[in-house]
Amino acid sequence: MSLISVRDLTVSFPTRDGWVDVVRDVSFDLGRERLGIVGESGSGKSQTGRALLGLTPPPGRARAERLDFDGQDLRRATARDWRAIRGRRIAMVMQDPKYSLNPVMTIGAQMREAGRIAGVADPASTAHRTLEAVQIRDADRVLGAYPHELSGGMGQRAMIAMMLMAEPEVLIADEPTSALDVTVQVEVLRILDDLVRDRGMGLVFISHDLRLVSTFCDRVLVMYAGKVVEELAAADLDRAKHPYTRGLLNCLPRLDREPGPLPTLDRQEEWAL
Amino acid sequence: MTLLSIQDLNVVFPGKSGPVHAVRGVSIDVTRGESYGLVGESGSGKSTVLRAVAGLAPVSEGTITLDGQTLGRKRDRAFYRRVQMVFQDPYGSLHPRHTVDRVLSEPLAIHRMGDAEKRIARALDEVGLGQGFRFRFPHQLSGGQRQRVAIARALILEPEIMLLDEPTSALDASIQAEVLNLLDRLRVERGLTYVMVSHDLGVVAHMCERLSVMEQGRVVETLTRADLRALRATQPYTQRLLAASRGFTRADPVT
Amino acid sequence: MIGAARRDWLLTEAPASRRQARLGQSYRLWMAFSRNRLAMVGLGIVLALVAMAIFADVIAPYDPLRGGGLRTARLLPPSAEHLMGTDDQARDIFSRIVHGSRITLMVVALVAVIATPIGLLVGTCAGYFGGWVDTVLMRITDVFLAFPRLILALAFVAALGPGIENAIIAIAITSWPPYARLARAETLTIRDTDHIAAIRLQGASSARILWGHVTPLCLSSVIVRVTLDMAGIILTAAGLGFLGLGAQPPQPEWGAMIAAGRGYIIDYWWVATMPGIAIFVVSLGFNLLGDGLRDILDPKART
Repeated sequence: MSLISVRDLTVSFPTRDGWVDVVRDVSFDLGRERLGIVGESGSGKSQTGRALLGLTPPPGRARAERLDFDGQDLRRATARDWRAIRGRRIAMVMQDPKYSLNPVMTIGAQMREAGRIAGVADPASTAHRTLEAVQIRDADRVLGAYPHELSGGMGQRAMIAMMLMAEPEVLIADEPTSALDVTVQVEVLRILDDLVRDRGMGLVFISHDLRLVSTFCDRVLVMYAGKVVEELAAADLDRAKHPYTRGLLNCLPRLDREPGPLPTLDRQEEWAL
Repeated sequence: MTLLSIQDLNVVFPGKSGPVHAVRGVSIDVTRGESYGLVGESGSGKSTVLRAVAGLAPVSEGTITLDGQTLGRKRDRAFYRRVQMVFQDPYGSLHPRHTVDRVLSEPLAIHRMGDAEKRIARALDEVGLGQGFRFRFPHQLSGGQRQRVAIARALILEPEIMLLDEPTSALDASIQAEVLNLLDRLRVERGLTYVMVSHDLGVVAHMCERLSVMEQGRVVETLTRADLRALRATQPYTQRLLAASRGFTRADPVT
Repeated sequence: MIGAARRDWLLTEAPASRRQARLGQSYRLWMAFSRNRLAMVGLGIVLALVAMAIFADVIAPYDPLRGGGLRTARLLPPSAEHLMGTDDQARDIFSRIVHGSRITLMVVALVAVIATPIGLLVGTCAGYFGGWVDTVLMRITDVFLAFPRLILALAFVAALGPGIENAIIAIAITSWPPYARLARAETLTIRDTDHIAAIRLQGASSARILWGHVTPLCLSSVIVRVTLDMAGIILTAAGLGFLGLGAQPPQPEWGAMIAAGRGYIIDYWWVATMPGIAIFVVSLGFNLLGDGLRDILDPKART
């Protein structure tokens, strides 16, 4: 049973030369799973994630044949409907915790506020419990800290914890670990992984890192120039058919690669058609 | 033969809440013609080592020797003919109001090198941009193209040593491959020596013959490329980096 | 207007020469600026002021300094013959305002030419070098900032003697400190960027970095600030004129004209009102222009 169902999602922005589609006819279903959306800068992966929450920045516009969340048609959602959905049933984690957390409020105050908005019965103790759920051991210190007093990994964990206060059914994570060191990255991913498994949450994981996505997600959508060029199970990545996916995989420097020039991507015009 | 030697380098920055000891007793010898990697996570001091060599960070203790000559507190103009640097952020390392032409001609003017026209044309060709890019502003270039301009700017003074501070970490994977290939080719063609900083073990294993792993301002381990590829790391921190570079693993591997 | 081919040539992403790159950049700014209608109104007012100053002899129907018959032409109300009436010396007010634009423009131009470079130089040096250079330069700036501009200008004029030249010098001396503060703040953010580190690594001297790399980036916000300050400068000049410390009679300075009309304001309102409107319109023009410039030049206000 799918939580989110998207058909022919298109996001457009006006430019001097008319409207340009940055996302074109993207379709997918999200169940209680880890869905990866991979692409390079400008591929439309982030705009896809934002459109799911109705957060396409103006003057951009999103339209779709179908955009359902749990049987509800999001295309007709009013401001009040969105308030009931955003943060409560679908949450979003952005790349850099520095920009998503309020710098002049303590983590605890922000979490309690997030909890109140989400209608949590006992925000203070839920905040404490959620921080422990994301593997923060000294939860009390973190609750009393301001964002700048936390390291990147700790801030991102606090951010995830805040999003989890309302126990959302879907989490959209846009490059949640890209600003983090690799060793911290793995720890944050482990937390997300547990949440999907233990709470049956649906996760949309947006990233530029094909290797990371392929090892973490169940399914991968590969985006190029606003389109999904290939959809495949993460385990089948080595058997990818689309030359773009293959090229993206091959051009990564790896420890076990023989020295010599890296294969480069020979972009074909028909990929973008 | 050692071209660049760093002995017992310490860098201390004055901070708001007391001094910050960014680099603690780092010693590295870089041989002429080799490519040397510095690997570590943020805050490990790897970039600070590069900046100290370049004269952009204060040397609190220790010595830096270039070709047998110890460098003083102030770098002279001749030093910059021999050592150049490429920065991480292609968006921040080019002046937003200067054309590529101005970026490339200014170092020539500073060092009173003749043949500016020919040198600029050659530099642009060498980094694979060509003459069509000469009069563009940075906002008319993509990230990869900007980084090529930054490489051309460093090359135009014909240095011996290039300090590369995460030159590809802000680029898309496919662009990264192109820029790494370019750097590799230039090193062979020009006999350059590289000191490259990166957080990505894959990139360093591809580019560098030797590398030092840094953690909290210290070198914890020095490896050859063969060691790295054979996963012969002795320090737990290096092993964790190696494990993380393979991506996500569901169950912790039993080691 | 501009042909399609020329437009493409200007907007190309791959200019073929230094000139084309520079012109293209200017054209892009112009396109952004011309979309702002209020800014265009401001530009129009400022250009009209310039045109009026250049062609004052042609535009003004009468001599601005010598009036008509004192018995027949004194304090005449606005009419077809005297568009804005005449003053107590039987001089045509419209002609005086037209000629007065020269004085206003001279004040504005000279203050901009004197104060902007001083402010930029002090601010960029303080910001770039830091340490004791910063402390010394900024304390001097603070001393100037501690006095209200008009009071300080009054003191200078009192010391130097009344006259339009001394008024300009006084205004210039009192208006650079805010530009120095602004340039310093900008420099502090520019100083630590990679492109400044890169040019330092190429062996550039401090003078070259300050002039060729830091100043161009500070310049736009300082220009915006100077333009917005122009209204204040015009008012200060007019204020000095009003107090009899600026332009001396019979020069047609707008502030002095208001002062002269003050005595008749109830019975002959136009004598003081007409130069007042001129000051108001020109100040408004500079403000609108400054707002428009800020929108296109100041990256922080843009986002």
